[in-house]
Amino acid sequence: MINVIREPLIFEISSPGKSGVRLPALDVPEKLDVLEGLTVREDLEGFPEVSETEVTRHFTRLSQMNYCVDFGFYPLGSCTMKYNPKLNEKVAGMASLAGVHPLAPEKLAQGNLELMKTLEKLLCEITGMDAVSLQPAAGAHGELTGMMLIRAYHEAQGNPRKYVLIPDSAHGTNPSSAHICGYVVKEIKSNDKGTISLEDLAREMTEEVAALMVTNPNTLGVFESDICQIADIVHAKGGFVYMDGANLNALAGITRPGDMKVDVLHLNLHKTFSTPHGGGGPGSGPVAVKKILEPYLPVPIIEEKDGQYHLNYNRPKSIGRVKSFYGQFLVMLKALAYILALGPAGLREMTEIAVLNSNYIRKSLDGIYHLKYDSPTLHECVFSDKFQKDFGVSNLDISKRLLDYGLHPPTMSFPLIVHGALMIEPTETESRRDLDLFIEAMKAIDREARENPELLRTAPHITYVRRLDEVQAARNPVLRWEKK
Amino acid sequence: MSYIPISDQDKKEMLARIGVESVEDLFCCIPESIRLKGLLNLPGPLSEPEILEYFEERGKKNSFDRYLSFLGGGAYDHFIPAVVDYLSSRGEFVSPYTPYQPEVSQGTLQVIFEFQTLICQLTGLDIANASLYDGATGAAEAVLMANRVKNKKRLLVASNVHPEYRQVIYTYTRNLGLEVVEIPYDRLGRVDQKGLESAMNSHTSVLLCQSPNYFGVVEDLKSLGELTHRHDALLAVVISEPLSLGLLEAPGKLGADIVTGEAQSFGLPLSYGGPYLGFMACKKEFVRQLPGRIAGQTVDAEGRRGFVLTLSTREQHIRREKATSNICTNQAHCALRATIYLETLGRQGLKKLAWLNLQKAAYALEKLTSIPGVSRKFGGPVFNEFVLEFPTDWNRIKQKLEEKGILGGLALGDDYQGLEKCALVTITEKHSREKIDRYAEVLREVLK
Repeated sequence: MINVIREPLIFEISSPGKSGVRLPALDVPEKLDVLEGLTVREDLEGFPEVSETEVTRHFTRLSQMNYCVDFGFYPLGSCTMKYNPKLNEKVAGMASLAGVHPLAPEKLAQGNLELMKTLEKLLCEITGMDAVSLQPAAGAHGELTGMMLIRAYHEAQGNPRKYVLIPDSAHGTNPSSAHICGYVVKEIKSNDKGTISLEDLAREMTEEVAALMVTNPNTLGVFESDICQIADIVHAKGGFVYMDGANLNALAGITRPGDMKVDVLHLNLHKTFSTPHGGGGPGSGPVAVKKILEPYLPVPIIEEKDGQYHLNYNRPKSIGRVKSFYGQFLVMLKALAYILALGPAGLREMTEIAVLNSNYIRKSLDGIYHLKYDSPTLHECVFSDKFQKDFGVSNLDISKRLLDYGLHPPTMSFPLIVHGALMIEPTETESRRDLDLFIEAMKAIDREARENPELLRTAPHITYVRRLDEVQAARNPVLRWEKK
Repeated sequence: MSYIPISDQDKKEMLARIGVESVEDLFCCIPESIRLKGLLNLPGPLSEPEILEYFEERGKKNSFDRYLSFLGGGAYDHFIPAVVDYLSSRGEFVSPYTPYQPEVSQGTLQVIFEFQTLICQLTGLDIANASLYDGATGAAEAVLMANRVKNKKRLLVASNVHPEYRQVIYTYTRNLGLEVVEIPYDRLGRVDQKGLESAMNSHTSVLLCQSPNYFGVVEDLKSLGELTHRHDALLAVVISEPLSLGLLEAPGKLGADIVTGEAQSFGLPLSYGGPYLGFMACKKEFVRQLPGRIAGQTVDAEGRRGFVLTLSTREQHIRREKATSNICTNQAHCALRATIYLETLGRQGLKKLAWLNLQKAAYALEKLTSIPGVSRKFGGPVFNEFVLEFPTDWNRIKQKLEEKGILGGLALGDDYQGLEKCALVTITEKHSREKIDRYAEVLREVLK
């Protein structure tokens, strides 16, 4: 049904004179002299003209071309694609909360400030850290903010330092954030267990190193068991341990970064705390710090005194602002509703089942797909296409074939240390039936790889479009519609 | 309430398949010494009705909605057609990830492609990205981009750019060895061209200005473009009220090389400041330096049109520390809302809405300045915001207005020396004549 209609671009179904909105008439005297001094545009050339019916059909049809968590299993590793509770959307839609202007006087927004402060406190408890800034807009933005805090601290001691150490298994945002913060990145090779080697770290860690950025569990899903020793090595040279909190869904309620001697980390509310990804945002990337970095947090910070909440901008050591206003407020509301719904036992259970589901998949597919590292894993596991490569089938082909089974593929080709990687993170919100559907599909695809590899190389077969030519897209970029 | 669909029986069978006794065993890789001994000290679990009540109670502590507000300054209260909320709340738009698998993400990708097209049409530039976090980070990304394009270390920023945007620019640039110089404004409230001329030198990569600027005044972009280009620098324009583009000439047609901004006005609620929607457009020749995701058109194996994320060699997941920006997750769902909003209004609707804002603001300006003691601070032309000057410190007047249920405008004295008696007043289509008249009436009373 949905593949029958090819949905054009809105510009292609536009015709003059139509509009989907009914605006009020002008209720003040019209004056033409207000245009004096303004350069007015002739027209909105090419802008669409459609009715409300056409808009509704257009977006309804477009929506039906999307795979989503509401539809099915979405095992993107490191992305934590868990179910998004509908209650949270209702909360974020409350006009009494969402209708407030960000520059409204504080005393007219006490409810919102209280909610933000409450979320800060709960995140401190969950992470074992001392203070939180909710301002960063997403994970990478949180990383950048965290690294800026570290730099500001070192600068205050007289030397910003030069290097940041990052394991080769890290997310691409880590080196990129460190670079934008003015640091030179030094990569640390993972050992044969897929983790950081203490010897290598000790050799690289000097007094010119500002920080180590570590993801724990790392992108293989492997917990850095030596994390406290790692932190000791870094601290001994006056450096900081930055933790990428993207994988907190493996730890919440079980252990806390703060107890692992981590100095600063960012959280992804859109991962661990269930806020929807929206097709690529908005996220929210709060930064949590130990006392030593607190004076450097972005302004404003929220303070509470005698039950009254207040925004404090007077923070001489602060790195300044990283975003307008206070962050992704509506996303914060959803995360807060989620934490309140779970409670302490629920949060722990969330982590336990996420790890159970991941290990269930790992065990079920072990031997059928190649596991480069046999270290125990937590919330995600990383297979590769090594066995299927013998039949001329790559991780890309396997992923595209999964689409024909009505399933979303895992993260592909990441982490970089596993060639042909298939990185699977099921999360705790998948039923046994959905896990088994995925496992059976992966087994069937392995059989197909042996018997009919061409079927995989030409997959997907039943989606709205077939495999897309990404090379052409990059070579001859067409980045907008233009009137012929 | 953990949203977990695994039963105790499932758990037992799954553990058996894995070959461990208990879930605890799966965490054996975490040293005992750092494991929590008990449960975290958190509230809850709360039931669904309890959670609703909890948030409703906090909502009651916000008294903002009991006031008649004339606040703007980068966050605008515009009317949002019902179809925007309805369509954008579909699960197929709310719950997918970034479109890494284009064959099952054509909805999201086509929306981004349409969004990019709309932004190009509005700004008069060749290409646009899929979104940035907000106007402030957009402004910071714009100057960093100009710096890469020109490979020069000096940036000029107009002092009438939104104060928060300027603060973010400082935060972003301070670690990169870049020099940021602020350009004063003139008595029209516009960038002071003499000051600009004297600040320009051969090391300057860009002038970033805002139009309409933080005083609501529309800049003379044509002159600014000519001046910056004469010095081999780029003109970057940041826009916090993009509805103005429904009326004003596209900055790209007036000489802007980069246009960035905040598109909250296009279908996003005030949301106490976020999530909002950053956008960025530029000339074609700068495409390799553009930050953020970009959707592009291509064909599938059967030759049919389709869309993919493209030019990703600019981005962090490929280039790592050499990427144009560290941005990964952006504001896709906000861009979706803006796309639905703009397509619903369309060519006629957007023009009409911009006209309503312009005319109502003009009416309000005339009405308010007819009150003895109230005058227009800057002579430059405005769209839907303007600065008024009062006989005494604005904070005192503001207080009295508040007591009568009116939020009369934003104070400027904290950010601009000499503007302690001034306020920025914002008018949108939601201000009926009656509301504007009421403001005038109360103000007259207060100033007596």
